[in-house]
Amino acid sequence: MRYLPLTDHDRSDMLATIGAKAIEDLFVDVPNAALLDTPVDLPKAQGEMAVERALGRIAAKNVSAGSVPSFIGAGAYRHHVPATVDYLIQRGEFLTAYTPYQPEIAQGTLQVLFEFQTQVALLLGMDVANASMYDGATSAAEAALMANRVTRRESIIASGNLHPHYRDSIGTLAEQTGFGFDTGAPSPTGPDIDALIAKIDKTTSAVIVQYPDAFGHITDLTPLADAAHAAGALMIVATTEIASMGALTPPGEMGADIAVAEGQSFGNPLNFGGPHVGLFACREKLTRQMPGRLCGETVDAEGVRGFVLTLSTREQHIRRAKATSNICTNSGLCALAFSIHMSLLGEAGVTGLAALNHARASQAAERLNAMDGVDVLTPAFFNEFAVRLPKPAATVVEAAAAKDVLAGVPASRLWPGVDGLENVLLVAVTETNTDEDLDALISVLGEIA
Amino acid sequence: MADLYYTEEHEWVRVEGDIAECGISNFAQEQLGDVVFVELPEAGREVAQNDECAVVESVKAASDIYAPVSGEIVAANDTLEGDPGLVNSNAMDDGWFFKIKLSDPSELENLMDTDEYTVFCKG
Amino acid sequence: MMNNEGRPTRPAAANDASSAPDTFSGARALEQHEPLIFERSNPGTVGVDLPDAPDAPSRLGTLARKGALGLPELSEPQVVRHYTRLSRMNYGIDTGLFPLGSCTMKHNPRLNERMARLPGFADLHPMQPVSTVQGALEVMQQVKHWLSVLTGMPAVALPPGAGAHGELCGMMAIKSAIEARGEGDRRRRVLAPASAHGTNPATAAMLGFTVDEIPENERGRVDLKAFEEKLGPDVAGIMLTNPNTCGVFETDIKAIADAIHAAGGYFYCDGANFNAIVGRVRPGDLGVDAMHINLHKTFSTPHGGGGPGSGPVVFSEALAPFAPLPWVTGDGDSGYDLKEEASGDAAESFGRMKGFHGQMGMFVRALAYMMSHGSDGLMQASGDAVLSANYLKARLEDVMSAPYGDGPCMHEALFDDTFLNGTGVTTLDFAKAMIDEGYHPMTMYFPLVVHGAMLIEPTESESKEALDRFADTLRFLAEQAKAGDTERFIQAPRYAPRRRLDETQAARKPILRWKPEAATAEAAE
Repeated sequence: MRYLPLTDHDRSDMLATIGAKAIEDLFVDVPNAALLDTPVDLPKAQGEMAVERALGRIAAKNVSAGSVPSFIGAGAYRHHVPATVDYLIQRGEFLTAYTPYQPEIAQGTLQVLFEFQTQVALLLGMDVANASMYDGATSAAEAALMANRVTRRESIIASGNLHPHYRDSIGTLAEQTGFGFDTGAPSPTGPDIDALIAKIDKTTSAVIVQYPDAFGHITDLTPLADAAHAAGALMIVATTEIASMGALTPPGEMGADIAVAEGQSFGNPLNFGGPHVGLFACREKLTRQMPGRLCGETVDAEGVRGFVLTLSTREQHIRRAKATSNICTNSGLCALAFSIHMSLLGEAGVTGLAALNHARASQAAERLNAMDGVDVLTPAFFNEFAVRLPKPAATVVEAAAAKDVLAGVPASRLWPGVDGLENVLLVAVTETNTDEDLDALISVLGEIA
Repeated sequence: MADLYYTEEHEWVRVEGDIAECGISNFAQEQLGDVVFVELPEAGREVAQNDECAVVESVKAASDIYAPVSGEIVAANDTLEGDPGLVNSNAMDDGWFFKIKLSDPSELENLMDTDEYTVFCKG
Repeated sequence: MMNNEGRPTRPAAANDASSAPDTFSGARALEQHEPLIFERSNPGTVGVDLPDAPDAPSRLGTLARKGALGLPELSEPQVVRHYTRLSRMNYGIDTGLFPLGSCTMKHNPRLNERMARLPGFADLHPMQPVSTVQGALEVMQQVKHWLSVLTGMPAVALPPGAGAHGELCGMMAIKSAIEARGEGDRRRRVLAPASAHGTNPATAAMLGFTVDEIPENERGRVDLKAFEEKLGPDVAGIMLTNPNTCGVFETDIKAIADAIHAAGGYFYCDGANFNAIVGRVRPGDLGVDAMHINLHKTFSTPHGGGGPGSGPVVFSEALAPFAPLPWVTGDGDSGYDLKEEASGDAAESFGRMKGFHGQMGMFVRALAYMMSHGSDGLMQASGDAVLSANYLKARLEDVMSAPYGDGPCMHEALFDDTFLNGTGVTTLDFAKAMIDEGYHPMTMYFPLVVHGAMLIEPTESESKEALDRFADTLRFLAEQAKAGDTERFIQAPRYAPRRRLDETQAARKPILRWKPEAATAEAAE
């Protein structure tokens, strides 16, 4: 086994030093009946070539999104990740480091986190951001818990156009911990902000709304923030497509108190849904109620600038049962990938990439809308929109997949059993989609729908 | 001369009339190390003896502060927000946490005086 | 109020400034101070080349961004250099022995990285039609199979994002099971040893349980009598790490499991230390009802400077019905499927706890690791991990102090600071001196039940020569401390990219992001 450096000779020498006869002697504290004397019933060791061959065969059974025209979004977006990103994150000093508990020898990770926190805050227009969460959905759930702590209330209101995975990640905690969670019905033609406002009262801890929403709609959230604040509640804004921030007014400029997002779009592959990277930002006055790790600037004993994990008393390893969250490991390496991609893009790249996504999506929406029986339901959007097809979207998506086109996500998969969504398809278009991809989508929809 | 009392939780209480000024002892601040944050109760809050009513944090520890006596919080030391280091540099005076208007002065009888507390810390 | 021990978090000013002349650039050969990326901006440059956007009407309306974001601009070579220089200020497993107890910093094979990057895995969208992702679901089923056989537990939940998320998953299943029995209002108390990871009480408290601490006995194990006295009709379960955080196996594990079951509660096992027993002991044989497995510890997926992790949870029959969504079902013959709704078999699931289907990228890496070792290799790996820890313990216990040193330890060796009594050197100083010697320090001040704790976990990845050199170094340091060479410790680290950092200042006046004003001030330096 190439990963194990000890030889049998080493093992006997070491056992002699310990004063034991065999490795088994070191397991004397294990109840005898529970100690196995032969390996469990699983395959024996395989060399590098064999493992590579076996996993390569399984991978080949999948249709990778890049091998066919793909218009799937709904919370994960296929963007081009520059080669530089993947090269840099595989440097062993980043890849094989632990959480920076010894700051003197972890300044690389710590400075990256400080830069990451700044980038996230700038994108979302917020004061401060943490060092990442597992993903966008868990960030949203933590935001709900944080709003309950801040307001000392226990009632969250969610827009019906919040991604169902985000909704359910909050809903599970609501059910398990007993806070109120009121969620509306999905509306493909646009979120009903007035209905949300009407629900807010003096018991509301926060209203959570997605922007752009799950059907792609972008809506001015300022009136919602005003209504929430007037009632002493917070507004939480969730973003599943962080690349949109290069083109849109950020949540911070519309009164968001907490802004959460999925950061996968920058630097991270789709990975079949994980690992991704949760972004979490808030207003400065709420900092001490944040979950997760925070990196801060300080100086060393010679007065040289350096970085450390800080405000740790919020966290589980110190506060234990009174911590703001139980999170420990987060998405460090995904945050690094995010940060490197952001650095490569810079101001011009982030805005340019957003403009490119938007223009391609806008072009696609026009062409789809021109098809017989197809209606675009989202008038204002970034790079994803909803269309109504003449047939059930799930059937169309399956048929298109058989013709090697990943046409989008049927709304019925996200909201099973909800009336009026059967024919609705979510279509996402990014810079990776070519004119030929769009031609293929139009052509295949024309044949099927 | 005001009367000075201590609790087993290493808080001190200085009583003048019916007002009890409270903070943490020198022994406590030394044990905690550099204090970096103090969360104080809002004035007007009614507290019972031994209720959690403040938190003092060092970099590596967070400790709850319990009300040494029952009553109404009538003041909190807002200067600690900007200068939590006062708890280290002057625990017994400028580093006070809050003032309570006593509702039951007999509770003071459960507390230690300075000599008893000195012995307690050595124990 | 003294629930924790204070220790110095503000260094004294360094008094030994090097006599070597300053360089003009501030660099010292390969050690190059790197400014923030925001201070490196070279306006007008860009690190990507994007195609021109096609002509299309804007659909952004009034919500089009009005102001600039304020991001720096750099070309590709500048970005590469920035991150390369930063990486050189980090210590990783690739750099050297990383004995961080409880964290299992073992070798991270690059084959796993290559496998996870196959387009058939990395470039898969989670919402693709199930017919196009059969291979991905097969990987997930295989991971479940391996974990199920290795733990002797019938069910595996893949969604949790890391260990703490796995704990949440396990405890939510326990809570659901108790509620299904109609005892939700009654069973509100969770028992956990004082030595537990902070995530245990934090998780239980998150779910509204009160946490009742069980004391240790003089052998570093749960005090069985104290534990039994705490049992009652209001107990939901126990959260126990085994092997425990003192580095020893809970000898009364079966009695504990039986007692908690007899009391109507469940046994949650924190699987952070599974690396000590993988392939040799099945937690299912010990009466465990739920246990999370840190794929980023036992199964070598890289820690990446703090994540991502992956925390699958194995369940007993009793808890399996409550496992979170989605469920992967099927096999190679019938085809694989994803169950995304709480209906049918999954009707009792407590629901979703994360976006999509779990940390697929980590599943591929862990599977590559398990396949490479095989059942025989895993048994050897846990044996070597335990052997190496006991070897270090044997080589160090005469100069350091092992509080529970009587019997063998498992995969980590615990020391306290008794051997430093009267030296003026603390655990923290000792750890910082290790940095100067070229090592990442061990876990310090954890577990909390031991004074000045030093928890050393070498893992199975170290050669005997590396273990000997490490032991020799610690022996030297222990002897120097006792000989009164306190300066060596108090001033350490001297040779790291930074001296000790002022954590007090960082916490008193938090600066959590770069701001343009600060940059201006810095530039004037």
